[in-house]
Amino acid sequence: MKELICITCPKGCHLKVDEANDYAVSGNACPRGAVYGRNELLHPVRVVTSTVRLEGGPTPRLNVKTDKPLPKDKMFECMALLDDVTATVPVHVGDVLLANICGTDVNIVAAKSVL
Amino acid sequence: MYDVTIIGCGVIGASIAYTLSQYKLNVLVLERENDVATGTTKANSAIVHAGYDPEPGTLMAKLNVRGCAMMEDLTRRLSVEYKRVGSLVLAFDEADRATLQHIYENGIANGVPGLEMISAEKAREMEPALADTVVAALWAPSAGIVDPWGLCIAEAEVAVRNGVTLKLRSGVSAIRDLGEHYEIETASGTYESRYIVNCAGLWCEDICNMTGGAPFTTTPSRGEYYLLDKSSGNTVSRVIFQCPSKVGKGVLVAPTVHGNLIVGPNAEDIADPFDVSCTAPGLAEVATAARKSVPNVNLRDSIRNFAGVRANTNMSDFMIEPSKTSPRMLQVCGIKSPGLASSPAIAEYAAEQLEAMMGVKFEKNENFVDGRTQVRFRKMSPAEKAELVAKNPLYGRVICRCETITEGEIVDAIHSPIPPCSIDGIKRRAGAGMGRCQGGFCGPRVLEILSRELGLDRKDILQDKDGTIIITGETKTGGAKA
Amino acid sequence: MSYDVIVIGGGPAGLAAAVAAWDDGCRSICIVERDRELGGILNQCIHNGFGLHHFKEELTGPEYAERFVDLLKQTGVDVKIDAMVLTITPEKEVHIVSKAGGYEILQAKSVVLAMGCRERTRGAIAIPGARCAGIYTAGAAQRYLNIEGYMVGKRVVILGSGDIGLIMARRMTLEGAKVLACVEVLPYSGGLTRNIVQCLNDFDIPLYLSHTITDIQGKGRVERVVVSAVDEKRNPIPGTEMEFDCDTVLLSVGLIPENELSRSAGIEIDPRTQGPVVDEDFMTSIPGVFACGNVVHVHDLVDFVTAESQRAGKAAAAYCRSGSPTSETVLSMKNGDGVGYTVPQHIRLDDVEGSVPVFFRVRAISHDKKIVVRDDEGQIIASFPREHLAPGEMENIKLPRVLLERAHGGLTVSVE
Repeated sequence: MKELICITCPKGCHLKVDEANDYAVSGNACPRGAVYGRNELLHPVRVVTSTVRLEGGPTPRLNVKTDKPLPKDKMFECMALLDDVTATVPVHVGDVLLANICGTDVNIVAAKSVL
Repeated sequence: MYDVTIIGCGVIGASIAYTLSQYKLNVLVLERENDVATGTTKANSAIVHAGYDPEPGTLMAKLNVRGCAMMEDLTRRLSVEYKRVGSLVLAFDEADRATLQHIYENGIANGVPGLEMISAEKAREMEPALADTVVAALWAPSAGIVDPWGLCIAEAEVAVRNGVTLKLRSGVSAIRDLGEHYEIETASGTYESRYIVNCAGLWCEDICNMTGGAPFTTTPSRGEYYLLDKSSGNTVSRVIFQCPSKVGKGVLVAPTVHGNLIVGPNAEDIADPFDVSCTAPGLAEVATAARKSVPNVNLRDSIRNFAGVRANTNMSDFMIEPSKTSPRMLQVCGIKSPGLASSPAIAEYAAEQLEAMMGVKFEKNENFVDGRTQVRFRKMSPAEKAELVAKNPLYGRVICRCETITEGEIVDAIHSPIPPCSIDGIKRRAGAGMGRCQGGFCGPRVLEILSRELGLDRKDILQDKDGTIIITGETKTGGAKA
Repeated sequence: MSYDVIVIGGGPAGLAAAVAAWDDGCRSICIVERDRELGGILNQCIHNGFGLHHFKEELTGPEYAERFVDLLKQTGVDVKIDAMVLTITPEKEVHIVSKAGGYEILQAKSVVLAMGCRERTRGAIAIPGARCAGIYTAGAAQRYLNIEGYMVGKRVVILGSGDIGLIMARRMTLEGAKVLACVEVLPYSGGLTRNIVQCLNDFDIPLYLSHTITDIQGKGRVERVVVSAVDEKRNPIPGTEMEFDCDTVLLSVGLIPENELSRSAGIEIDPRTQGPVVDEDFMTSIPGVFACGNVVHVHDLVDFVTAESQRAGKAAAAYCRSGSPTSETVLSMKNGDGVGYTVPQHIRLDDVEGSVPVFFRVRAISHDKKIVVRDDEGQIIASFPREHLAPGEMENIKLPRVLLERAHGGLTVSVE
């Protein structure tokens, strides 16, 4: 039995996940908690938000995010990839700056438009 | 070869430099730090004492009363913020009442104008926030409040503009008395000078020791303060002292020229004159003492704590005289409180001493241009603001939102005769970052303007003294790979 | 120059208020923003988690702002950026200054205050120690890091467990810094639980509850901090000191509504929230002057800022059309046991359509309690069960008009 705090929403339900019983979740207030509890033990994922260099903009950095949650253990690998990315104005929210990172189908996308 | 080298550019060094710049003299000022006004001058009560504390007949008594009288005109000429608000010394019991009587008599003997013993009722009428436990007070209408670093910077700027050479980052490591002149070894090179003025404050004793030994010992005394938000600035409208004791003038509560309320200091002897740390017991002591005078002082309105170190010595009076061991060096030592109030008079007196030492009467520098102007957007009327912004749009961009300091004022400060290299240097000149957010919002923008105007990398802009790095590196340069 | 509605501040509150006023039919609106772009503090909050309530999806701060800026672009609302409001007079004259426009005096029929909040500083909480560099409010560090692209340190201790501090623990870690500890004087965190998990636990950053920084040491830059456990009265316990060699201290010790303009205009301020006293439509003590967002009370979720600001914007538009509300029955709201404050502070009953949302914070963490609203005679007007209550999470209840009509005198909200 593993105890977790659900991060799906700000409520922060205290979950219990039973590894011996096919990762059955209890303590969740909503179905999303059950999904989170199971995933968190089997293959935890996180959305990564950061910045990349920006050329031609009013500020030297553009903020970016993964368009889907990335396996948690790939976060630093993802960060290292961002070191080599430079976006150029104009850029729109959602523009893919780096596709299929870390051997997944997750993309790095612009999280702000700079025109 | 310089005629006179002033060691130390606190308010005393700057006052003397300003005074000497009015004569035909080749003057050098050596300052250890990267800016002027960074020692005791920037961290004190900012009070222009009336002059009732010093014992009659002392140099301190004479120069305090004279300095206090000079301050209004001087600060107006140099565009330094100053207000003659007067001061009250409070008595809480019969022993205090006796002390009050003693300092009243001192004051009369010293020639302090307008001194008056007043009743507790009268005192509370003047200052409704005073405690019910007050039994009597001494009213000194000539006391004032001043911007202490502003005064120092203004005097140093006018001196530099009139030909005085200022060398920053020039801490003195050795002085060789060669009979006719001195060789002064510093962090920025060796300088030659016929005369020296030692006004190194907390380090006066060290300078004396380079020229044959000090006739006194220094005991650095640290005082801790609270600075309260402008919303508490009207708690009292005059300087509120308690009866002085052996260790100092006690904890005061006073408005500042910037509209805040200052509360402090305690007094604690410390070993390291650089130690401007605040401590929990020290601040608690200040809080307790302040509440004795003004019970409702709202310390929750605090925006900053700071500590200053006084250059206390085992001398009770100021020492302004030629060194016994090196007679072309003028000692301006032991300048503790009321040093700030006395500073214009100290400079005048020091110049007379130098004339006596040199055996000449200084010749007026007919090219001397006195005075200084400074734009203070926040103090202008709407019409004046509109006119100013129309002339120069940089005054239309407010950078420090708490204090309403504009980009124009910050750029003015950067291109002043003594250009600052730090965010605190801008704060001391223009006032940005002085307010309730303490530079949280404007800090990054001031840094950007400093970097742009000085052509420096942003990483090289400092918070204050050398070593006070703000930015440690850039992102996206492989940080995560390491 | 005159406008029907002038909105002070172009952050999430100001944007939502302006759009709502436009949508309500007002056609003469101006936003005055002091920064160089709209969006306010959202521009530096590049983490995700915004918009779950309002947009039903997880957005980053800049994305959330951009949605509203896009909405604003479809309106005819005037925008003045890089412009600072210097004064608002009780007669609703707004004095502004900017590089582009010089000194301007704008006349408004209605003003919406949306200036947001600022961070508490070291001075506000009297942290002892040296006056060295390397001590930043979390928000200032966030700006350097996310907007300017600069690191402010390599080894970091965070004081306070507010959300910005937690978010910065993760950001600094991802950018290569070592965050040694997060230190919280209270026995519970001031931040959202999800942020404790994602920002601290994910990176094995220890959270020391009931601890505080008792000394900061260093000459030029921070070199070391001393952390001590505290007793119930928050006094440090001798003998519990831990030393951390670090070059940076980030402060996340609370936010304060920025009401200097409100104060100078003579608006009544609630000492509990440090924001204006408002009614159910967020009108302040000066008729026609409204306030919304963090200037009223500090929120944890921008979605609630948006909801509240839409209400204020709509009411400002209505004020321009029909003038002051005329309600004769005014119910005052009081905070009872376990509740720190309420917003609104009073309800003009006759003007209520449908129901009134009431926002507040509880004083302590508790479980399986009820939020009870009583009138001045002690009669229970409404009761709301809650499994979990925490000061770090703003609570809200909705009071329908039909229930409010039963109240005698004022209302008191308590935890029971």
